[in-house]
Amino acid sequence: MKKVALKKIEISPMTRLSGQGKITVFLDEQGNVDNVFFQTVELRGYERFLQGLPIEEVPRTVSTICGVCRCVHFTAAVKAADAVYQVNPSPTARKIRELVLNSHYVEDHAAVLYALGFPDFIVGPTANPAARNLIGLIQAIGSETGKLVLKRRYTAVKVIEMLAGRPIHPVAALPGGWSKTVSEEERKEILELSNEMVELGQLTLKLFEDFVLKNKDYIELITGDVYRVVVNYMGTVDEKNRVQYYDGTQRIIDAQGNEIGRFSGKGYLDYIAERVLPWSYLKMPYLKNLGWKGVVDGPETSLYSVGPLARLNVADGMDTPLAQEAYEKMFAAFGTKPVHSVLAYHWARAIELLNAAEKVRFLASDESITHPDVRVELGAPGEGVGIIEACRGTLIHHYKTDGNGFVQEANLVVATTHNQGPVNVAVRRAAEHFIKNGKVDEGILNGIEMAYRPYDLCLPCATHVLPGQLPIQVDVYDYEGKLYKSLRNH
Amino acid sequence: MPDKLKLAYFLSGGCGGCDMAIIDLSETLIDLLLHLEVVFWVPTITDTKYKDLEAIPDRFIDLGLYSGMVRLQEHEYIAKMMRRKCKVLVAYGACAALGGIPGLGNMHTREEILKTAYFDTSSTDNPEGLTPQTRCVVSGKYELTLPEFYGHVRTLQDVVDVDYFIGGCPPHHSFVRQAIPVLLFEKLPAPGSWITSGKAVCDVCDRNPVKKGEERQLIREIKRTLEGAPDEGKCLLQEGYLCLGPVTQGDCGSLCPKVNIPCMGCGGPIPGVRDFGLRAISAIAGLLSSEELVDQIPSPVKYFYRYSLPASMLRKKLGKV
Amino acid sequence: MRVWVPNIVVFACNWCTYQGADLAGSLRYSYPPSIKIIRVPCSGRIEPEFIVTALKTGADGVFIGGCHPGECHHKEGNYKAVLRFNLLKRVLKMMGVETGRLRLEWISGSDGKRFADIMTEFDKAVQKLGPNPLRSDVNA
Ligand code: SF4
Ligand code: SF4
Ligand code: SF4
Ligand code: FES
Repeated sequence: MKKVALKKIEISPMTRLSGQGKITVFLDEQGNVDNVFFQTVELRGYERFLQGLPIEEVPRTVSTICGVCRCVHFTAAVKAADAVYQVNPSPTARKIRELVLNSHYVEDHAAVLYALGFPDFIVGPTANPAARNLIGLIQAIGSETGKLVLKRRYTAVKVIEMLAGRPIHPVAALPGGWSKTVSEEERKEILELSNEMVELGQLTLKLFEDFVLKNKDYIELITGDVYRVVVNYMGTVDEKNRVQYYDGTQRIIDAQGNEIGRFSGKGYLDYIAERVLPWSYLKMPYLKNLGWKGVVDGPETSLYSVGPLARLNVADGMDTPLAQEAYEKMFAAFGTKPVHSVLAYHWARAIELLNAAEKVRFLASDESITHPDVRVELGAPGEGVGIIEACRGTLIHHYKTDGNGFVQEANLVVATTHNQGPVNVAVRRAAEHFIKNGKVDEGILNGIEMAYRPYDLCLPCATHVLPGQLPIQVDVYDYEGKLYKSLRNH
Repeated sequence: MPDKLKLAYFLSGGCGGCDMAIIDLSETLIDLLLHLEVVFWVPTITDTKYKDLEAIPDRFIDLGLYSGMVRLQEHEYIAKMMRRKCKVLVAYGACAALGGIPGLGNMHTREEILKTAYFDTSSTDNPEGLTPQTRCVVSGKYELTLPEFYGHVRTLQDVVDVDYFIGGCPPHHSFVRQAIPVLLFEKLPAPGSWITSGKAVCDVCDRNPVKKGEERQLIREIKRTLEGAPDEGKCLLQEGYLCLGPVTQGDCGSLCPKVNIPCMGCGGPIPGVRDFGLRAISAIAGLLSSEELVDQIPSPVKYFYRYSLPASMLRKKLGKV
Repeated sequence: MRVWVPNIVVFACNWCTYQGADLAGSLRYSYPPSIKIIRVPCSGRIEPEFIVTALKTGADGVFIGGCHPGECHHKEGNYKAVLRFNLLKRVLKMMGVETGRLRLEWISGSDGKRFADIMTEFDKAVQKLGPNPLRSDVNA
C-alpha cells in the first residue's frame, strides 16, 4: 500500500460476530476525521435463486430475507404478483392484506422500540452496555409493565397467524387475492385484540414522553447537530398526502420539504438508481434526476432516506385521529419540517405504532372483511412491480416472468439499501463529533452506534443480514498504518 | 437452590425469524428468563462481548441454540466455539438443521449471483462495470477491505457434531415452548435425534382423508396454488396441490393446510428419512395417476428442496460453486 | 496411466430382470464386468434415496430393471418406479447430473440376450460420460 498521511480506524459492527457490516474511519495528520465508510460485507443472492420459481410461490419464499420484517417481503412480492397477472386484488383480499401488514407494524415497531431504541434512553445511553438491552429494559420498567407490553404486542402476532397462516413468514397470499376468508368470529376477535394494540400504542408514546421528552439532555441530543443528516425523503401517501403502508403513491421531497417526485409501480426506475460501489456489497441508491453526487448530505444531495421519519416528513398527516394528534405534537416540538434529526426516527416509530393499531381497529370494524370474494380471475402473466412501506422504509419488488408466470428476473430494493447513503453520512457526522485530535476512547462507540441505530438497519433485508445492537470494533491506526489503539464493544 | 441453567443463543446466517419465534413466546419468555441465565444471545438481544464468549469454560453452558445456516468463516468459527462451550447443542430451525431457503443459493455459482446483483438487475447503475472487491483503494488514498463472498451454504451438522435438531422456518412458538423445557429438564433422546412429536403434518391435518376413514386417491392433475380454490376440508394433495405434508414433521400443527396452502416442508423430514427432497419425490411421484404429470411439476428442485438443499445428498449444483 | 473402468449398479427386480441376468449368465451371453447387480423384491421398492446413494458412493451409472407393464407381482410397483425415476431424473438434471447415467428398462426373465445387450450398451454410454462427478470422493 502506498503510504498516506492518514490514520485508519476500522469498526466492525453489525451482527457482532459474523461481521456483515463494518465502519472504517480515516484520520488526517491532526487526528481528525478525514473520511468514513460504512460497508456491508455479505450478500445472499435471493435475486438469483428466485429465478425459476412460479411467481405465486415467491411471497412465501422471499419472506425469509428477513424474519424480523416478517410480513413485508411477503406483501411486496404478492403485490408484484398481482401486477404480473395484471389484476387488482379483490376488495376483501386487499383489506385482509392491509390488516395483516398493519398488525406487523404494531408488533415490529414495538419490538424495535423496546428491544433496540428504548434501552438507549430508558436504561440510559451511558449505562453499562450489558444492561442496555431488552432484559435490562424490563428490569427498568418493571417485569409487570414488561409483561403487559409483550402481551399486547403478542396480540398482533396472533392476528398475523390467524389470517396469514404462519406468525412469521406468512403463507396465505395469492396473486390477486388471499387463500383464506375471515369468519365473523375471527373478525370480532381481531376487533377486540385491536383495542389492546391501540393501548400499546398509547402506552408506548407515553413511555417515550416520560422517559425521553421530559429529559433535557435527551432533548438536546435529539434536536442537536450531531445527529442531523440533511437529505431528501421518500415515503408513501394517499390522495390526501397522509402516511400509507400497504398502498399509495410514492412521494419524494427535497431537504426543504418541496415535492420533487411522485411515482408508482414501474415508475421507480425513473427516480431511483442503485450505484454499485467497489467497497460494499450493498449498492447505494440515489435520486436519478438529481444525478450521482457522492456520499454527501446538504441541500444539493441526491441521497434520500426512507423509514418512519421519512414517511412523516413526506406526508401532511396521519389517517387516524390519535396518531394525527401525536404527529402534530412532534412537528410542533421541532418547529420545522422536514425534521432532519436522526433520533426523531424513534419518535416517528412510536407514532406509527399507534397509527397502525388504529388502522387494525378500523379494518376489523368493517364487517365486509368477512366477504368470501378473496380470489379474482387472473390475466396473462408478464411483468410486475410491488411497492409497499416496510416498517424500515419503502420496499420495492420487481419481477419479470415467462408465459407460465415463472420468474425470469427479480429486482429487490429494500429499505436499508435506500438508507445506505444517509447512514454513511450519519456515521461520519458522529465520528467527526466524537473523534478530535486523535482522541479516541470507549465513549465514541455508543455515540457512533446511536447514529445508525435509529435507522434500524436491517441487514438481513439489505443483503437479501440482522438488526440489533450492532457490535463495533474500532482499530485506530496512526498515519503510517501502525495499530495505535483498539476498542471494541463486543 | 441449584444454579440457574445456562442458555446461549447464536444467530448466524439466518433471518432473525427464529429469534422472533422466541420473542413471540411473549410473557412465557419473561417467566422462562426467571429460570434461566442467558449467557449470551447474539446479536439480537444481549450485548455480550465476543471475548467473554471465548473466556467461558468448556461445557459451561447447558443449552446452546444455533440458528441460521453456515456460510462465512465466522459462522464456522462460532459454531465450533458453541460446540465447545455447550453441553447440548441444538440446530434450531430449518436453516441450521437443513440449510433453509438461503440454501437454494447452492443451485447457483458465485459468479451467477454476483452477475445478477451487480449487472442484471433493473435499477442497478454500474457505469464502470464494477463489482465489490476484497480490497480496494478509494480516491487513491482510502484502503478498504471486504471478506470474500462465498456462494455455498452449509448446515450446522456439516461443521460440528449436533446433538439435536428442531425444524420449522421458524419453529412455531408453541412448539418452542414445549421444546425448551424438554431440552433443559427432561431425559433426552439419543444425540443426533430431532426434537419432534414424531408425527407428520398429514397426521395432524384435519384434511387427511385417512383420518376420515376414506382411502387416499391418486393425483389426477397438478394444480398451482393460484389455480382454483381447494375444496373446504379436502386433502390438498389429492386435489392436485403439491402438499409435502406426508413427508414433513408436523410440529407446527399443520399451519399451512389450515389456510388452504400446501405444506412446503419447513418442518424437516419425518423420522427415519435421510434426504427430505428424495423422499418427497418418492411420495409425490408414487401418487401420480399418469406419467405426463411428472413433467407438469413446476421447478421441482426448488419445490422439493425449498428448505433443505444443503442437507441433501446432492448439496449443490454440480460442476460449479 | 491406469485405465478407468466404470462402476454400474443395477437394481434388478427379483421376478424379471434378475432372472434375465441369470439366464444371460447360463446362456453365456457376456456383459461387462462393470455391472454389479443388486436384487430387489420389486422395482417399486427402489427409493430415489437408493439411486442417489449409489451415485454418491461410487456408481458411475445406475440401472433399474423391472417387470413389463402389467406383470409386476406387486401390482403397480413398476408403474410407481417409472414415475419416481422420471421425477428424480428431472431433479438430478437440474442439479447438473448427466441423465445418461440413469436408465430404466423392463426386462423379463426370458430376456437373457436383451439383458446382456442393454448392459453392454449402457456400459459404453457410461464410459463415454466418464467418472461420475457426484461421487463423494470427487465432490467432497
Ligand atoms: S429457519 Fe427460517 S426463520 Fe429461521 S433463520 Fe432460517 S429463514 Fe429465518
Ligand atoms: S397431504 Fe397436505 S392437505 Fe393432505 S392430509 Fe397431508 S397435510 Fe393435509
Ligand atoms: S405446514 Fe409445512 S410448511 Fe407449513 S409450517 Fe407446517 S411444516 Fe412448515
Ligand atoms: S415385481 Fe418386478 S417390478 Fe414389481
